[in-house]
Amino acid sequence: MSDHVLSDNPTIVPVVEPMNDLTTQSSLARDAWNDMRRNPVFLLSASVVLLMLVMAVWPGLFAGWFGSGDPRQCDLAVSNNGPAPGHPFGFDTQGCDVYANVIHGASASISVGLLVTLFCFVLAVVLGSISGFFGGWYDAVISRISDVFFGFPFLLGALILLTSFSERSIWTVSFVLALLGWPTLARLMRSTVKSVIDVDYVLAARGLGASNWRIITRHILPNAVTPVIVLSTLNIGAFIVAEATLTFLGVGLQYPAISWGLQLSAAQSSFTVSPHLLIFPSLFLGVTVVSFVLLGDVVRDAFDPKLR
Amino acid sequence: MGRYTVRRLIQMVFVFFGVTLIIYAAVWALPGDPIRALSGNRPMSESTINSLREQFHLNDPFYMQYLTYIGNLLRGDLGTDFSGRSVAQQMGSRWPVTINLALMALLFEAVFGIALGTIAAVRGKVTDYVILFFSISIISLPVFVLAYMGQILLGVKAGIFPVSGINEGWLSYILPGFILATTGMASVARLVRSSVLENLKADYTRTAHAKGLSNFRVLTRHVLRNSLIPAVTFLAIDLGYLMGGAIVIEGVFNLPGIGQLLFRSTAAQEGAVVVGVASLLVLIFLLTNLLVDLLYGVLDPRIGYE
Amino acid sequence: MTIAPGTNSTELLSVKNLRVDFFIRKKPIHIVKDVSLTIKANETLVVLGESGSGKSVTSLAVMGLLGSSGAQVTAGEIHFEGVDLLALPANERRKYRGAKISMIFQDALSALNPVQKVGKQILEVIQEHSDLNRQDAHKRVLELMDRVRIPNPAVRFHDFPHQFSGGMRQRIMIAMALAMNPSLLIADEPTTALDVTVQAQIMQLLVDLQRQHHMGLMLITHDLKVAAEVADQIVVMYAGRVVESAPADALYRAPAHPYTAGLLASTPTAQDKGTMLKSIPGTPPSPANAPAGCPFNPRCPRARDICRVEEPPLVSIPGGRTSACHFWEEVLLDETK
Repeated sequence: MSDHVLSDNPTIVPVVEPMNDLTTQSSLARDAWNDMRRNPVFLLSASVVLLMLVMAVWPGLFAGWFGSGDPRQCDLAVSNNGPAPGHPFGFDTQGCDVYANVIHGASASISVGLLVTLFCFVLAVVLGSISGFFGGWYDAVISRISDVFFGFPFLLGALILLTSFSERSIWTVSFVLALLGWPTLARLMRSTVKSVIDVDYVLAARGLGASNWRIITRHILPNAVTPVIVLSTLNIGAFIVAEATLTFLGVGLQYPAISWGLQLSAAQSSFTVSPHLLIFPSLFLGVTVVSFVLLGDVVRDAFDPKLR
Repeated sequence: MGRYTVRRLIQMVFVFFGVTLIIYAAVWALPGDPIRALSGNRPMSESTINSLREQFHLNDPFYMQYLTYIGNLLRGDLGTDFSGRSVAQQMGSRWPVTINLALMALLFEAVFGIALGTIAAVRGKVTDYVILFFSISIISLPVFVLAYMGQILLGVKAGIFPVSGINEGWLSYILPGFILATTGMASVARLVRSSVLENLKADYTRTAHAKGLSNFRVLTRHVLRNSLIPAVTFLAIDLGYLMGGAIVIEGVFNLPGIGQLLFRSTAAQEGAVVVGVASLLVLIFLLTNLLVDLLYGVLDPRIGYE
Repeated sequence: MTIAPGTNSTELLSVKNLRVDFFIRKKPIHIVKDVSLTIKANETLVVLGESGSGKSVTSLAVMGLLGSSGAQVTAGEIHFEGVDLLALPANERRKYRGAKISMIFQDALSALNPVQKVGKQILEVIQEHSDLNRQDAHKRVLELMDRVRIPNPAVRFHDFPHQFSGGMRQRIMIAMALAMNPSLLIADEPTTALDVTVQAQIMQLLVDLQRQHHMGLMLITHDLKVAAEVADQIVVMYAGRVVESAPADALYRAPAHPYTAGLLASTPTAQDKGTMLKSIPGTPPSPANAPAGCPFNPRCPRARDICRVEEPPLVSIPGGRTSACHFWEEVLLDETK
């Protein structure tokens, strides 16, 4: 890129700016987007994800399609009954409409997945960059802390930590899961930051006297953060599943929340005679997670420079 | 290599203390009195409550409680639960069940994972997509859902495998082990698949062909040998997941293992048991991670240790 | 280097009108078009060209190693010691590889299995193609390592590729290639990735071994200097075609194609000090975008209208040479020093 400085003198003096590597980064993003746009797997999974997100934010849009759409309108008389007119997914043990519950369940389940991913992402990016860029004491302290949380087998740690909370909302559950999940991501961030630091254009920027802040935000972050974004996308599905499993163990979300995990957990005792209690929440959960996972895969392949 | 091991051991000790401290705090430092909570189920006199509090050091400041606990732990004394039963003894009888379960799962993961991954990589696109589809579906469902499905389809309806208890020897572990293995199996298959695909195009594979080796030889002696490295390290790390997954599986299939013990005592708020079991599981987890790191150096001779 | 008198100079390798295509969505893209070359026993043929000229693909076609790249031989013949290689079933063809025709590659680090001991990798060739028992095979490996001048073979047998220097690794590749005394050795840019001094050593080694083993050597390179030192015959390739072939001396004295002339002119010598470096303007075309007429015409200083329209055929010219230029006589005249 060059600016032209026109003076009274008709000679044009070009001023050359050092190559902006954000153009390389954004062209990688543009290439990736072009690839993804034409990939049928991407289109399919992205559509489903979008659909689920809409369902999570506005359950009312979908819930009323059959019957009343109120997940709390329950009648014990029809407890555990199978599908019936106006109630395509049948009734649960309390006699509530399974369809409405499944639709409304999207909200809590997906929220947990997204919240955990977000918390992990922010923690990992901040701590990982500090660790990787500044090194020294910062690195030592942060690495030791992440080692400790790394030392928790995931479910085990979640089980024990969550038991200590008597009230578990979406926020508390997400917080605990994020606490156990950030070390992996932070380690990745740290190593990508470290590898980017040595790259020639960063050295060049340093040589031109750029400040630390400028180097971090304009050169290092955009390049180092890509693998972290990719991994985070892949993790969303895993966290949604984790919430379901923890709720099954009794340490996840609680009544009166509505989530797929709660529905599956409640189905334990009666699913042999009333399989619909297991099938429909599983179906929605499975489809959602598959879509997130596929989306993550496509994103990863699109951004992988080795596959170009 | 020796220096590296020592460094990692020191780090491991540090992490162990950090984790057990957090566990201990989570279990015992709750607001509320676990003894009184107990007495909600079985009425106790004030003096009993007080003597129990003394016995479990609950009147001491927290740091003292923790240090006493660590001191006992290092001497092998895991204490007793509130009814006086030895924690160590309860664990001892349940330990073999969990080990059998974990080993069975690991076996399934390795065999099926590697086989499916290789097949997906070398056979045509259709096989590839089918295997991919199944792998992704499996990791998208919570393990307990798969467990129930497995129970219904393979256990109850088809009557092939036992679904509960350990009464039928190692047969009892097949279905639970397989279900426990499903997530890891799918991940191993994906790892092996992408690794094999990459290595099939490698320069050294071309050299192997140039030497006149058969396709089979090239695949087994060269490609797989390089492709399995990430899968093997994953398998070793997976033990951490297996420990958590065991809690769920032992619950669904009613296997009297450590996982079930942990779960029940968490629900019953038996602090000593929870802390004891958890500490031991964490120790095993850390040890396996260390072994994996060292193992990696053996598998891939290019790794040098600074 | 001249052919020793009295040597049986039968044709070892004969490639006729070879065409290799790469298929994108069923449409063929010509990577190698109508390439012919011959190598006699004990002879060194250098295939000279820039990257993208199709020289490596030609060698891979001879070896039968095109499989993983997706390219296919769509026309032509490859005869080795009288046998039509392309007509052989796959497992018959396999028996030639590593035993009768061997190949060494450019980057020895990536061409060797990183997790297998180097000794074992050489051993493998012997085990595949012979019935030698373990001990004899092992001994042979040590002999080979000695022959390629790897010090302390008994110990280094058990080392891994990354524990060797670039030059040593290339020697290991050579040992692997020579294990079964092949009649033809194909070397694809064997010294390009090495330091200059090491380059010289490896080339010398190849030359010595060729003489000892009475092999034919097909050397693929873009380096004119190297070619000048070892070639008996030179084939110049451009854009997947042979544009000139000649005995080495004749080629260097007077090229018969503008491309060759340009290559020779762009190699700086001490006399050129102080003058601008000469280069051939432009870049070689990609296989998918070959220009009409003569593929070299956009960069050729002598290009005329006919060059842009009609592709020059490869014609025989005096002195056992060929040239694919409409105006080869002019070139020959101008360039004769």
